[in-house]
Formats: sequence, structure tokens, C-alpha cells
Amino acid sequence: MKNFLRILYLLTLLFGFQHNSIAAEKVEYLKTDWSFKGLFGKFDRSALQRGYQVYTEVCSSCHSMKYLSYRNLAEKGGPEFSEAQAKAIASSFEVKDGPNEDGDMFTRPGKLSDKFVMPYENVKAAQAANGGAYPPDMSVLVKARGGGVDYIFSLLQGYEDPPANIILDDGVYYNKYMYGKKIKMANQLSDGLVEYTDGTNATVEQMSKDVTTFLMWAAEPHLESRHRMGFKAIVYLIILTTLVYFSMKRIWSRVETEV
Amino acid sequence: MSEKKTNRRDFLFTATYAVGAVGIGATVWPMIDQMNPDASVKALASTEVDVSTVNPGKTITVLWRGKPVFIRRRTQDEITEARSVKLEELKHPEKDEDRAKDPEWLVMLGVCTHLGCVPLDQKGDYNGWFCPCHGSHYDISGRIRKGPAPTNMEIPKYEFVNANTIKIG
Amino acid sequence: MSDHEYIPQSKVGKWFNDRLPLLTLANHLTDYPTPKNLNYWWTFGGILTFCLITQIVTGLVLAMHYIAHADMAFDSVEHIMRDVNYGWLIRYIHANGASMFFLAVYIHIFRSLFYGSYKSPREIIWIIGIIIYLLMMAAAFMGYVLPWGQMSFWGATVITNLFSAIPLVGEGIVTWLWGGYSVDNPTLTRFFTLHYLIPFLILGLVVLHIWALHVPGNNNPVGIDVKKPSKDTVPFHPYIVIKDGFALLMFMIVFAFFVFYTPNILGHADNYIEADPLVTPAHIVPEWYLLPFYAILRSVPDKLLGVIAMLSAIFILAALPWLDTSKIRSAVFRPLYKQFYWILVADVLILGYVGAMPAEGLYLLIARVATAYYFLHFLVILPVLGYKEKSLPLPLSITEPVLGGSANLAAAKNKESLDN
Repeated sequence: MKNFLRILYLLTLLFGFQHNSIAAEKVEYLKTDWSFKGLFGKFDRSALQRGYQVYTEVCSSCHSMKYLSYRNLAEKGGPEFSEAQAKAIASSFEVKDGPNEDGDMFTRPGKLSDKFVMPYENVKAAQAANGGAYPPDMSVLVKARGGGVDYIFSLLQGYEDPPANIILDDGVYYNKYMYGKKIKMANQLSDGLVEYTDGTNATVEQMSKDVTTFLMWAAEPHLESRHRMGFKAIVYLIILTTLVYFSMKRIWSRVETEV
Repeated sequence: MSEKKTNRRDFLFTATYAVGAVGIGATVWPMIDQMNPDASVKALASTEVDVSTVNPGKTITVLWRGKPVFIRRRTQDEITEARSVKLEELKHPEKDEDRAKDPEWLVMLGVCTHLGCVPLDQKGDYNGWFCPCHGSHYDISGRIRKGPAPTNMEIPKYEFVNANTIKIG
Repeated sequence: MSDHEYIPQSKVGKWFNDRLPLLTLANHLTDYPTPKNLNYWWTFGGILTFCLITQIVTGLVLAMHYIAHADMAFDSVEHIMRDVNYGWLIRYIHANGASMFFLAVYIHIFRSLFYGSYKSPREIIWIIGIIIYLLMMAAAFMGYVLPWGQMSFWGATVITNLFSAIPLVGEGIVTWLWGGYSVDNPTLTRFFTLHYLIPFLILGLVVLHIWALHVPGNNNPVGIDVKKPSKDTVPFHPYIVIKDGFALLMFMIVFAFFVFYTPNILGHADNYIEADPLVTPAHIVPEWYLLPFYAILRSVPDKLLGVIAMLSAIFILAALPWLDTSKIRSAVFRPLYKQFYWILVADVLILGYVGAMPAEGLYLLIARVATAYYFLHFLVILPVLGYKEKSLPLPLSITEPVLGGSANLAAAKNKESLDN
């Protein structure tokens, strides 16, 4: 037991203070409360719906979200739009389908089963339209960045004038939180840019938080199930462990182990 | 060993086994359920079909749940013919009224009930469909009249969501 | 092996057992005399069996949905995570299960190192174990390639490129491994096939591993031979079964915590980016359980020598029963060896740490020192220690009562270390 604790202590020393692998400069991200963090974390439905609005109105013109389907918007654990609302959202987009009887591709209004429409045909088209930089797909973006939600939340608010010693090329912007400080996406958010349907005041910070919450759900749509199941699983395991422990003591009481 | 001690020990072991069994069941279930249709398959469980261009006397074939569905807009003659067939003549007695609620529209799974081939339209001895695999003849209501197929072609769940659109499934 | 023949109770049982003695086998496993002084470090064999079965079952089920094609692999994994019923759960169990598997195997190996379980007559058990460990690393490496993320692709590129260090045939071997001129679809499909195969090879070796163990029987914390059966042993069922069960449940609590609350913490964010042959990630790192070997590889400036150093670090373990010249098994009675053991543990942890860091500056220096020390431990310290070390007197048996006599008194004083 003593040795086990010694090893645990060693490991904690070595690895306990590791976070992301951004070796050089350690940037302190902006902090906010995320409702989905922690053992009992859940998504804030209205934040998800507002976040979807920000994604659609601001981000989706450049960033695809190809792993999401319109039906996900109505499913449990997410923004939980009603099925009618999700259907209406889907049909507001034109989706490519076909070939038809003549062998041609055609467009039709979106259905619940369709995936989110992508702004560009393919990666090359996206790069060509954005000065050679590919606006990454956002389906799992939160998991694809070491800093996670804190990083994205900060980055959206991290635009500022570059310090005197940094010269920026055309189409390159300075962002405090971007790895390497230079980013090819211009600042997108400004106060009041989106008119939230629920009337919330759309400050840059509010929109950043809402869209980041939405991105977290997009990356982990089953997060709430996972937390719920995890709680049940661990409580169950603790109960069973206790029962097995006492069974073990009972069985071993028949044996002399003393020297 | 006293009665009480034995009971306590038995209870402990029984309780442990019972709780353990629950855990095993809870663990096994996801492994089995993952083989059930997933969310993306279930989302395609129903299909909406635009039938505005289907004129009387025309049959279209659409894909629903991976299988062909025949949608035929029948002419008056065909409807009369379908409705006048005597039930005693049928291997699988079914009234046409029960198969096509709106007599003009016949919606059925284009799968031969013998061994699953796709029957050919406007062929066969009964002015309906003919399955080339083993020679089953279906009439203008999709009912088996001659040949080895045991039952009539299946009618799926469907409804007209508006005048031009049928939702199947 | 038991002397008395086992006769099944039922007639059907006897009929079957006469033709295929499975019931005799089951009886042997149930009655198998196990030293009664085994501590919790001995429960990891059972835990490892659980891990292997978990990986096989979850892997099998994932393989029903995964598509091993470069254009569809990443998509199919997202399909599993989003659409397949409980897909997210099965995937996270499988990915974190690999880490738990390695955690358990390292504890299992270090138990052997401490208590001298690799020593005569258990050398073959140990060597089979090393082969299992090698196959585990191969399976894990190939499994990590399957999601076809950035780390999958670039990790595969870096490690397969190592083979080019082999003189004359190196380049040819790499092309042969790749099935092309770079890591691409042919590489992915063959890795999937081999990843599916290896766990069953491991399963076979585990059977041999346990069979070889059952010949001499288990080692124990005191490291002295135990008569079987005797008052020093207990039948495997129910005593060891229940104790292994308890330890397994504790292990599962840790496992559950990772799966349900921090399922991505042991992974690398870059693997959620689709593989791109034109963009190399800033830092290519393998999964944590391969880091010590990665550190050794990178500490040698020459490519071929680095590969040789990395492979030697594993193969040297196979020679351990002969490198360690001490006649005493357990570190409990080897005070000097015990110190060097803990230094080795620290050395391996340090190697793991620097393996995750860029191979430059202070990190590189530490990696080199730690690598040199690793080989020093096995090639110099162990052989010398066997001759030079003065071990503590061994007790006469594992349950000998303390009744006086100088040898026994020393053993009684050592009882405290038995609890460690």
C-alpha cells in the first residue's frame, strides 16, 4: 500500500501539472462557467439554440459542420428544437440530390435526415475562397484543439492590434490566443451582430460563449447521456465492490494468514 | 455454525451474485443493441415521394428502406377490373378496397413474395405484374393469381401528406 | 498437475470428459493451489485477462461499423460516435481500454521485476510475457492508425520510416510495409487486418503463459518456494477468484472514470483532425504507453542506432533471467536491489515524460542520461549486484510462526516489509 501511494505521488508530480502540449508560451485562456463541465454537467438548451443561430448566421458561410444532421437539432441532449422547428430549419436549406430520371443532379429543400449543407463543394474550393486557408470543419473542432472550449471562447474575443514588432501580411490578423499569434480569419464578432430570437443581448462575449457551447454539443452530442450513465455506473461499481469486499473478507476469514 | 451466521453469509453471497448479474446484463445490452438500426438508418425509415407527374396508367418505382416500391396511378378500367375479382379465385384473398384505399393509387412493395425478385410491370396474364424468376403472375391490384408466390405483394404503411406527396413508412 | 484423477459427478459429464477433458481442466483451475500470501500486485494477471476480453468484444463490435478505407475511416468513426446505438460508449471503452490494458501490464511487469518472478524456473513464462507485450504494442500502434486522424497518419509515417534505417533492404521493406510510396489506403487496410488478428495471437500466448505458470505454480512476495498443496496454499476458487474480483472492480472504477468523464484526456487533440499528408503536426507523439521507447529512440542521434537502442530496450528484458545473477528472488530480502528497483521505476517515468516533450535542449539531455541509465541497470548493475549484494536471511516458510531462532527473528522483523 505504501509503495502504491509512493508511485501515485511520483506520477502526480510528473504529470499532474501537464495540460496542453503547447510547449513554448503558456497562454492563460479567458475563463467562464461552462454548464456542461463537471460530473453532473448539462447543456443550457437556450445557449445551444442561440449558439446554433450564431453558427448559422456568422460561421456557416465559411465553416462546414458535415457530421451533423438537421434531425440532431431536435434530438434529446442538444438544442432540442421541436421536430417542426427542425424541419423548418432543414427546409430553409437547398440540398443537392439526384441523379433524376434524366441523369441530372438537382436541388431540393432539406429534410431532417440530411446532413448540414456545406458552404463549399470541397476543401480546395474552401481554400481558394479564403486566401489559401481552409476554414476547418467544426463538427469536432472543440476536441481537435488542445485548449478545447476555453481556447475557442478566448480566440473569438482575442483579436487586438499587433504589437509594434510584428508585421502582418495581407489577410493575416493578430490574435492573442492563436497558436503562433497569427490567424487568417478576420474578427467575425461585434456587439449586436446577431439578433437573438430569445431577446438576449448579443455582446461579443455572449455570442462567443453561446457558439462555443453549441460547438461543444456538436462535438459531443451524447455528453449528457455519458455523464448520466457514468454516475450510475460508478455508483453501481461502488456498491458491487463493497459487497465483493465483504464477501472476500468472509471467505478469507477461514484462512490463517498470520505468520 | 449457527442458523443466523449461515443466513447472513448466504444473504451476502446471494446479494453479491444478484448485483453482479445486473451489471453483466447492463454491460451486455449495448453490445447487442449496437446491431439494431442506428439513428441514421432510422431517419431514412420514411420517404416522401412527389407524385404530381404520375398520370393515370403510369407506374413509378421508388426506393424505400432499400427496397423498390411500385406506385401505380390506375385508370378507371383498371380499377373496375381490380374491384370485380371474386375473392374465391384468389390464393391470398384480399379485397382491392383494402389494398388501395384511394382506388386510383396502388402503392406496394415491388418484391415478389416467393423468393424476393422484382416483378416486371405490365406483363403477365392478369394485366398486372410478372415475376421472371419463377413465373408468378400478379393482377392489377398486385395480388398473386398464378405461380409459386404464396401471398400478394405487400402494402406498406403510407399516406398522402398533400395532394401531390405520398409519405411511405 | 494434480495426482488424483477428477471424476465428474454427472453421467453426461463423465461421457464428455472422457472424450475431451474440459471438466478435468476446470477442476484443476478451480483447485489450483495458490500461495496464500499473495498481495494485490498479483491481481493484475486477472485484470489483464479482463482487459484483453474487453478489447476483443468492443473491437469486434466496432468492426461491424468501422470502414477501413482512407476516404471513409474518419467518417465511419464519427458515425459510430453519433449514430450507432451506444457507439460512443463502445468506442470510448475501446480507446481507453487500450490505455488501461497498458497500465495493468506495466504494473504486472514491475511486480515481476520486484519479486523476481522472472527467475528460474519461470523464465519461459517471462519470455512469453515479453512476446505478449511486443504484440500488444504492435496491436495498439496499428489500432491508433485506424481512425485516420493526423496523429494516426503521421505516427504511422514516422514509425514505418524507421525500418528504412536497416542497411541495404531498409527502403524495400518500408515500401513493402506501406504497399505504396507513402502511408496510404493500402497501409490502412492491412493494419486493420493485422489489428484484428493480433489479439487472438495474444489470447493463444496467454493460454501458454498461464499453462507455463501452472507448472511451477505462482511466485509469492517472499520469493521462497511453496509446497503445493499445503497449509501455505489456498485453492484458487474461491479465495483467489474473489480477491481478483475485488481488485478488478477497483480497476473498473478507475476505467469508468476515464470512459465517462475524461474520455479524451489520454489521447491527442490532433487525432480529431482528418489525416492530411501535406500538413505535419507541430509535435508528433505516440500514445502515453509508448513514450519511454519513443524517448530512447530519439535520444540517439543516428537513425539506425536509435532503432537498435529502442528495440534493445525491449529485448534486453527477455535476457533478464540471466542478467540478474542473484539467487534471491524477492526484493524484500535484497535491500540494495530494492533501491535500484525504485530508481529504475523513476527512470522509466522520466523517460515517459521526456518522450512527450520536444527532443531538444534540456529534455534531450535528460532523455540521453535516462536511456544510458536504463541500459546500465540491466547490463551492469543487475549482474554485479547478484554477486556483491548481501541479502537478508530468508524465512523458512511463508507461514512459519515466530518462535525464536535467529533466522526466524530476522524474518519476523521483515514481516513489515511484507506489507509493502
